[in-house]
Amino acid sequence: MGIEGIGARVLRKEDKRFITGQGRYTDDHKVAGMHYAAFVRSPHAHAKIKKINSKAANQMPGVVGVFDGKQLTGDGIGNIICGWMIHSKDGSPMNMGAWSALATEYVRYVGDAVAVVIAETLAEAKAAAEAVDVSYKVLKAVINAEDALKDGAPQLHPEAKNNTIFDWEIGDEAATDAAFKGAANVVEMDIRNNRLVPNAIEPRSALAEYDAAEDHFTLHTTSQNPHVARLVLSAFYQVAPENKLRVIAPDVGGGFGSKIYIYPEEIVCLWAAKKARVKAIKWTADRSEAFITDAHGRDHVSKAKMAFDADNRILGFKIDTIANIGAYMSLFSSSVPTYLYATLLSGQYNIANIHCNVRTVYTNTVPVDVYRGAGRPEAAFLVERMMETAARQLDVDPAELRRLNFVREFPHQTPVIFCYDAGDYETSLNAAMEAADYANFEKRRKRSARKGKLRGIGMSCYIEACGIAPSAAVGSLGAGVGLWESAEIRVNPVGTVEILTGSHSHGQGHETTFGQLVSDRFGLPSENVQVIHGDTDKVQFGMGTYGSRSGAVGMSAIEKALDKVEDKAKKIAAHMLEASEGDIEIKDGEVSVKGTDKKLLWHEVCLGAYTGHNLPEGMEPGLKEGAFYDPTNFTFPAGCYICEVEVDPDTGTTTIEQFVAADDFGKIINPMIVEGQVHGGVAQGIGQAMMENAEYDDSGQLISASYMDYTMPRADDLPSFKVSTTETLCPGNPLGMKGCGEAGAIGSPPAVINAITNAIGHNNLPMPASPHNVWAAVQAGE
Amino acid sequence: MYDTTYTRAKDASDAAKKMRAAEDGQFIAGGHTLLPTMKQRLAAPSDLIDISHIKGMADISVSRKDVTIGAAATHASVANHSKLMKVCPSLCELASHIGDPAVRNRGTIGGSIANNDPAADYPAAMVALGATIVTNKRKIRADRFFTGMFETSLKEDEVIKAVTFKAPKSGAYAKFPNPASRYAMAGVYVADHGKKDIRVGVTGASSGGVYRAKNMEKALAKDFSADAIDGCKVDEGDMLSDIHGSAAYRANLVKVMAKRAIAAAG
Repeated sequence: MGIEGIGARVLRKEDKRFITGQGRYTDDHKVAGMHYAAFVRSPHAHAKIKKINSKAANQMPGVVGVFDGKQLTGDGIGNIICGWMIHSKDGSPMNMGAWSALATEYVRYVGDAVAVVIAETLAEAKAAAEAVDVSYKVLKAVINAEDALKDGAPQLHPEAKNNTIFDWEIGDEAATDAAFKGAANVVEMDIRNNRLVPNAIEPRSALAEYDAAEDHFTLHTTSQNPHVARLVLSAFYQVAPENKLRVIAPDVGGGFGSKIYIYPEEIVCLWAAKKARVKAIKWTADRSEAFITDAHGRDHVSKAKMAFDADNRILGFKIDTIANIGAYMSLFSSSVPTYLYATLLSGQYNIANIHCNVRTVYTNTVPVDVYRGAGRPEAAFLVERMMETAARQLDVDPAELRRLNFVREFPHQTPVIFCYDAGDYETSLNAAMEAADYANFEKRRKRSARKGKLRGIGMSCYIEACGIAPSAAVGSLGAGVGLWESAEIRVNPVGTVEILTGSHSHGQGHETTFGQLVSDRFGLPSENVQVIHGDTDKVQFGMGTYGSRSGAVGMSAIEKALDKVEDKAKKIAAHMLEASEGDIEIKDGEVSVKGTDKKLLWHEVCLGAYTGHNLPEGMEPGLKEGAFYDPTNFTFPAGCYICEVEVDPDTGTTTIEQFVAADDFGKIINPMIVEGQVHGGVAQGIGQAMMENAEYDDSGQLISASYMDYTMPRADDLPSFKVSTTETLCPGNPLGMKGCGEAGAIGSPPAVINAITNAIGHNNLPMPASPHNVWAAVQAGE
Repeated sequence: MYDTTYTRAKDASDAAKKMRAAEDGQFIAGGHTLLPTMKQRLAAPSDLIDISHIKGMADISVSRKDVTIGAAATHASVANHSKLMKVCPSLCELASHIGDPAVRNRGTIGGSIANNDPAADYPAAMVALGATIVTNKRKIRADRFFTGMFETSLKEDEVIKAVTFKAPKSGAYAKFPNPASRYAMAGVYVADHGKKDIRVGVTGASSGGVYRAKNMEKALAKDFSADAIDGCKVDEGDMLSDIHGSAAYRANLVKVMAKRAIAAAG
């Protein structure tokens, strides 16, 4: 592998600029003649717009334009799309309501954009935005998904009767019901998965430039997928043709899914730059704006039951879920509670019969979409809370119940679409139990009891699906795009290498790990490799980064392109050295003929490719190759997490005494970066389990709309994690990678809640397990 | 943030004069409540009159048991004052847990008590320590100073110069932080002034802001032990209730924090 090749703990190259304040984020970019946008937002969760009076605002200092939704749609700007078509079980297509980037007739959540002010300074824009007089007829709002389905509930979109977007199912209901009939035991649960606010450290931002002479737009934006942004802005929103629109996603400070989508603000800034005849418009969300406009995550409520035979083997699993999708359908919102969720309900277990019904509903809340894990945390929470609860009710050891039901032979076809390709769940379980000293837990429980504390332990054997995704497969399931990835390897005449990737790094460390593939292949030092991404003018079309896909898909594309480069370099070297191509070896920066002392330096071969003086007959000069990689299957990272807690029954304060993660991510390129991903994911999962909650009041105001009320996990809330990995290679891609970006957030919430409910002795505990909720649960008892 | 005019006061009377001249003035010291509020455009004072540069305003003096803390003394300077640490360590401890390092290095005791946030820590200490608030006009006993949530008996042009108190025989502060903001959800300062004079200041929990738990004081005067307050009722009806905790939870926390403070002070 070499010191900088595959498997090496190479320090993150990008950190020098990040930790010395030299990162260049969208808001750091400034251009001459730049104006600022401020949005006028609805203070109501549901209302009809009676009138927008912008006369006073228009006359305020510095204001060059005040625009509303009628002007926007009048100019032909298209409605915001959802890129994944889901059909209800009756075959009808999903009932999608219209979403204009600026509301035209109705507002449907607090924060819905109604108008935009463009002014010379930010202060002028904000002042004028306050002066835009919007009169509303306030309507009744509905906040909870279950309430939205009730008779007489306020209706959000005429297209969606009873606020229902689709009523979808997966699995065989009749077979599952039959399996329950033969059950010795049935375990039932009601489960709520709390709504979260993504809270990337960098708020969303857009800088839209318009070059009137060229009729050309440039957009700097906080995006995880700039090419997709360009495609959608062009093809669906009709902002500009693709060749007249350059999208750049420069340094991006965290996304967690929330920066996949193309939001109203980017559309409006581009459109308004031309309309207001200004050179450029910048908008950057402040934190308050981020809370009420960034797509939220999770928000499921489910009824679940699991059937067991007399030997405690699972016979069937049946789930009825209602997913709250918010006021509008965001870009991938429909895929989250369906194909990213219900397909994982088999967990790590051999379950012959599964049926899941999902109803998705509109409510007067911020749109809900992908957030770190996206559907898979909701599935893991359901399965692993169920397994733990079943073990308690069946009075068997939770580890043994899992062991008994593990999938042990691969490939394994589940009844919910997925075919697991490789895994070894017991090895992860054993590794985690050993690291946690599970065997001696009772001793520790007694020690805590002597201090008046309740100690508990809980585990979670999660599985998830990454490496999205085989394009034809997702196309058949309703995806509007293919989910391959692209790469280009550009070898310079001096032998240095540029990797142009369609993936986008916004915290993942691609500049380091992607370079390791080149170091590994040719023995070049990492400083000779540059990763280029995030600019549609520089990089070929690519699909971007989400769903832990940049390893399994993005790096596979790089591997394919490297194969081609290696192949051509060997041909050139063989010709120059007068040897057979099959005898050429590239190692440590040297290109040699096996078993001889004949060799060239790497850069001599590269220079040879570009001088073209001595190439094999008919060969084109140059050394630059591209590849598109389309996965053959999803990948299936899995592992076991164990959490041990101590609860103070007097206050409900819960401390995490230890947290163990044993993950199988397949081949690992940089263990240090993988550990960082697990740490971050687990911290986010603990945040969901114990702290974070997007809480609305009945009128639709987000109450937890600042850090005064929205609890983020902090370093002193967390223990030192004990992380380790086991390895089964993914057979579906060249490197055997599975993906590690979301596992921590997927696997940890059930482990935490299983531990706390174990400590307090019953299951009557909502998530997040805040001190108040734990105290109330202790008080209430079973 | 809206436009505002910033000036520095030379002394307390200059500050009061500037305040009278301002259309809608605000005194500012550390600004750690005021500035975030202004940035969110929830406050728009016409004038900010900075009192933190007034000579002597940030001084802390300890003479035997007599303590004077200047209104512009930061939480960090209170937390780390070596002489104060000797006579009243519980106040240093309290200050060391306010906010985060940025807040502690900018925020001031005068600003905290003038704002009288119902979840602030210092008000509990002031009433438990029997402190006196010294202004440019008069001296006010802490019991009369705090008049309700975000309310004090300060007049508009009245500037806090310092707080003074006699260090108690022993004291301790126990705080249960709000998980999000880490302000107190219940903070109880217990001070034993000797001769059966026990004071218990409670912050964070009550809808009326800081208060003295007189029933606990009485019980502790008889028997200074955590068990002594077992029979003391905390009225749920007076407690705040929000997404972080019900009134019943806060009432419980007041009792639990009181016991922990008593045990620590004992």
